[in-house]
Amino acid sequence: MTHDTPSPAQADRLPSPGAGKLSENAGKLTIFLGYAPGVGATYAMLEHARQRRSEGVDVVVAALDTHGSADTEALLAGLEATARLQAGYRGAALGDIDVEAVLARRPQLAVVDELAYANRPGGRHARRYQDVDELLSAGVDVYATLTIAQVDSLSDVAAQITGVAAANTVPDRLLDEAHEVQVVDVQPADLLRRQRAGQVTIPGQSERAVGQFYRLGNLLALRELMLRRTADRLDDQMRAYMATQAISGPWPARERLLVCVGPNPLGEPLVRAARRLAGDLKADWFAVHIETPAQGRLSAQERAQVARTLTLAEELGAKAVVIPGASVVDSVVAYAQAHNISKIVIGKPLAARWRNLPRGSVADQLIRRAAFDVHVVAGGAGQAQPIRARPRLDDAAWQRYLLSVAIVGGATLLSVLLQPTLHIANLLMIYLFAEIIAAVGLGRGPAILASALGAVAFDYFIVPPRFTLTVDDTEYVLTFLGLFVVGVLISSLTARFRLQAETAERRANETAILNELSRDLAAAGSLDAILRAVIDNTSQVFGRAVVLLLPAVESSNRLAVWGQSPGFELSQREQEVAQWAFDHTQPAGRGTVTLAAAEARYLPLKTARGAVGVLGVKPADPTIYLTPDQRRLLEAFASLAALALERAQLAEEAERARIQVESERLRNSLLSSVSHDLRTPLAGITGAASSLLAEGPPLDAATQRELAQSIYDEANRLNALVRNLLDMTRLESGGIQVHKAWQPLEDVVGAALTHLEPLLAGRPVEVHLDPDLPLVPLDEVSIEQVLVNLLENAVKYTPPGSPIDLAAWADASAVTVEVADRGPGLAPGDEARVFEKFYRASSSASGVGLGLAICRGIVEAHGGRIWAENRPDGGAAFRFQLPIEGQPPLPPDGEAANNQLAMAAFGGAGRLVSPPSSPTFVALAGVAEHV
Amino acid sequence: MSDPLPLILIIEDELPIRRFLHAALTAANYRWIEAGTAQEGLTQAVLRQPDLVILDLGLPDLDGLEVIRQLRAWSTLPIIVLSARQQEGDKVLALDAGADDYLTKPFGVAELLARLRVALRHASRASAGSDSHIFDVGELHVDLALRQVFVASEEVHLTPIEFKLLATLAHNAGKVMTHRQLLRDVWGPGYGDESHYLRVFVAQLRRKIEADPARPRYLITEPGVGYRLRAEDAGAWRSDAA
Repeated sequence: MTHDTPSPAQADRLPSPGAGKLSENAGKLTIFLGYAPGVGATYAMLEHARQRRSEGVDVVVAALDTHGSADTEALLAGLEATARLQAGYRGAALGDIDVEAVLARRPQLAVVDELAYANRPGGRHARRYQDVDELLSAGVDVYATLTIAQVDSLSDVAAQITGVAAANTVPDRLLDEAHEVQVVDVQPADLLRRQRAGQVTIPGQSERAVGQFYRLGNLLALRELMLRRTADRLDDQMRAYMATQAISGPWPARERLLVCVGPNPLGEPLVRAARRLAGDLKADWFAVHIETPAQGRLSAQERAQVARTLTLAEELGAKAVVIPGASVVDSVVAYAQAHNISKIVIGKPLAARWRNLPRGSVADQLIRRAAFDVHVVAGGAGQAQPIRARPRLDDAAWQRYLLSVAIVGGATLLSVLLQPTLHIANLLMIYLFAEIIAAVGLGRGPAILASALGAVAFDYFIVPPRFTLTVDDTEYVLTFLGLFVVGVLISSLTARFRLQAETAERRANETAILNELSRDLAAAGSLDAILRAVIDNTSQVFGRAVVLLLPAVESSNRLAVWGQSPGFELSQREQEVAQWAFDHTQPAGRGTVTLAAAEARYLPLKTARGAVGVLGVKPADPTIYLTPDQRRLLEAFASLAALALERAQLAEEAERARIQVESERLRNSLLSSVSHDLRTPLAGITGAASSLLAEGPPLDAATQRELAQSIYDEANRLNALVRNLLDMTRLESGGIQVHKAWQPLEDVVGAALTHLEPLLAGRPVEVHLDPDLPLVPLDEVSIEQVLVNLLENAVKYTPPGSPIDLAAWADASAVTVEVADRGPGLAPGDEARVFEKFYRASSSASGVGLGLAICRGIVEAHGGRIWAENRPDGGAAFRFQLPIEGQPPLPPDGEAANNQLAMAAFGGAGRLVSPPSSPTFVALAGVAEHV
Repeated sequence: MSDPLPLILIIEDELPIRRFLHAALTAANYRWIEAGTAQEGLTQAVLRQPDLVILDLGLPDLDGLEVIRQLRAWSTLPIIVLSARQQEGDKVLALDAGADDYLTKPFGVAELLARLRVALRHASRASAGSDSHIFDVGELHVDLALRQVFVASEEVHLTPIEFKLLATLAHNAGKVMTHRQLLRDVWGPGYGDESHYLRVFVAQLRRKIEADPARPRYLITEPGVGYRLRAEDAGAWRSDAA
């Protein structure tokens, strides 16, 4: 049996929130626990499953291998099995659970053998128990088998007993949170007999290993371990029950335990030990890794080790944190004080004793400093080799060492030259100076070398007798020592300050980066701007391709890509990974425990109301993983983005609500004004018509005519009203299509004036159209409507007989049309409001207040604008401006029929001011006029 | 007129409109028959050989355009279509398909009778083959044979295109001409969509024959449809428009 060697993907695991938080309607897990393979856990599980099925429960076997056992196969017969992914048939390797298929099938109970099984790399989850977690949270009950040596916190104890380490383990929480644990027990002697009779098969294990495992002593010890663990569980349950029943208090404060995790493989047994201790104490526990400046020098392997240890701690139920700090001891003490920690667990010091000489090991310092119990845990027996921390010297380092030798050489040369003139004490100063230069400029190693060399060279070249290492005066020994110690001290101080400065700089950098993102997000007004800010900042800071997924417009449960940096192609499969992260509010994909084979890492954007989206980052080079620093920063990015998106969503919701209120208000005012304006003419018509119909003495001809006239007038009023309402409705629903065509404004003005001839009778209407007006692209029907509405408006709000002026002028890009009157003008503030729907400047005016709103709708549909102002010399002016873009199409050259037109137009004009390719017909028209 | 009173066929599904048309036509001394559906209308048109058809475009059983096409397949009798206001496009299609004129609901009796008179007169003139070459309306006098145009007894000089345009409108005086019809008649069959040519020449023509081109008396714009040269007896057409 082998150790569980982590794959690169696992090495980059992110400490993620425990997956075991089961909701109310989650499925129930029943674990069939045995102390060794062969006790019959699978058999017992299948018997129970059959029993349940006979009770009418819908049972499906999701993963089970009979290993060719006839008994097991007999039990399996008649139970439905879902297809396992690439499942081998009979005796071949177990296949992964097809979670999709099981979820689609949705049984009440799923049967899963080998809970500790490790899925093939690249699967949905790294481990089968994670598949089971997903089934449980989907509400499916699960039966699963497990042996005691596969429980995380007990695995190393079991390994010590049997000498065989479990290949795969499961977190303790599975056992603790299981709805039920069925202990499958047989006498060890019976199990041994069974094993010797060949009834126990453990595929993939050699005879020898199996023989070594199945010994009476091993089995007895494992059995005890199992019974004790389950007894603990029962004890817990009883205590929990008592706690819920008891009313008396106060309860003693709970113990809180902290375990310090360093970059060495001892971390894992240390964390398991801490978990056992925490379990015994019923304590909350924390796993803390302090990132000191020196960690900047950690190798990738060491970083991976830290990440792995923290992940393990999390799986075991700890809260895992990485804290940046200058000194391990200070940071641990500060964190412990801040979190009311009562016990600290640390590993036995690994370093050689002399390296801890100045202040003692971390353990020593903690014991001295703290008001905590400090538990020092011994490492496993010799299995832990500290990872070589020091990287090999690179070229730059060699150069620094050479330079330090050169500096000492230079100092020596100078001293030898000056020796005749200077006192020996002053020569010492030259060496000291050289050492300080080396210490400050070259780093610790070269500085120590310079100190040592300096002391030796001073002795050899300067101190009498010269050119020997012996000294006359033993006092010089003190000088050499001083020289050496000064160099070492200065270099360590410098190194420390430099590291602190670097840390400070790094953190300042992080803060600056976060500040920049939050500033960008704060400045972002729209959803688009937020998306852009998140994507740009993330891809810049992390040097990775970024994708941002939000719920699709049509369905709030499915994600759709809302933004991505160039180079991010989201495949169907990747999209599913992102969807998983969204659905479960947990990170997924590359470098996480779920769907680790994905190309990118997907972080859910979490808010108090659940996930609002998913941020995906993908490195350009697939071998590069995020450092813990970057991961922390990325998570900070994700939460900033989540906040910003939530803010945008809330704003949008508020806007929607506002619009709804507004439209409610509009609907009400529409109803009231429409009902009034429709009823008034209807009342007139009904009254007049009924008078005409009434029996009794016949009315005289004049009265009859008057009544008919009033019916006619009122019907016309109704017609205008209905026309406005219909126009407005069409405008609002986007149903009005503007068909622009190049034409003279004069044409439209003429049509409007002709249309309103009866209404304008008795009014002096001055029309001033600039003679140079070009052709304007407009929709003649709707612009005529605008002119009619403006003229009607002028008539409505001005005294009878007062003049109306209509004028139009143009510049290069737009034509402006003005309808101005000599009435009372607009009240202050009305300039903008008159174009609002249902606004009437005076309550006595007839109409619904839609005419000008329709004008605005039409003009804006043309890409123009409309506004109103008071004329300086009295009265109101309504103006609208229509853009003139492009040029009217010219008659195509060369066509025979065209020539006719061109002949007529140009030939008829006779003298041309502009050449035939002249862009406007106005020139033409102007010329032709003078013929 | 020595002929018997003209017979008008009304194809309209709305009873109130039919009732109003009956009253108006009877009062104006027309005979009328009616049909509530397109099919019935087409049958009546064959059986009774009316002098004019008033056709509603919004019939329940058949598209009004289709009715026009079927009628035009065998007859040149005048057709006046009735349309609701939101159907500018339909009006143009109907006119291009061969309808002679249109009325937008709601419309008044005076307008209806004026259109009827214009349409009937054009029809009778076309069938008689006699074509007067003098056209007079208001102060505008056009002599088609001599190619002379006078406004208030002043001769006006027109370019050939302008004259052709005016002549086409005068031939159809009182009737609306769509942009497409005018382009085709004046410039030739290759022109159907270049309505801005037409508009430019109309503007030029107005400057020559109208006293105030922005408030034309003779050459009237029908927005979205085309142009109409006012005929003498249609002077009251717009008196009832609101």
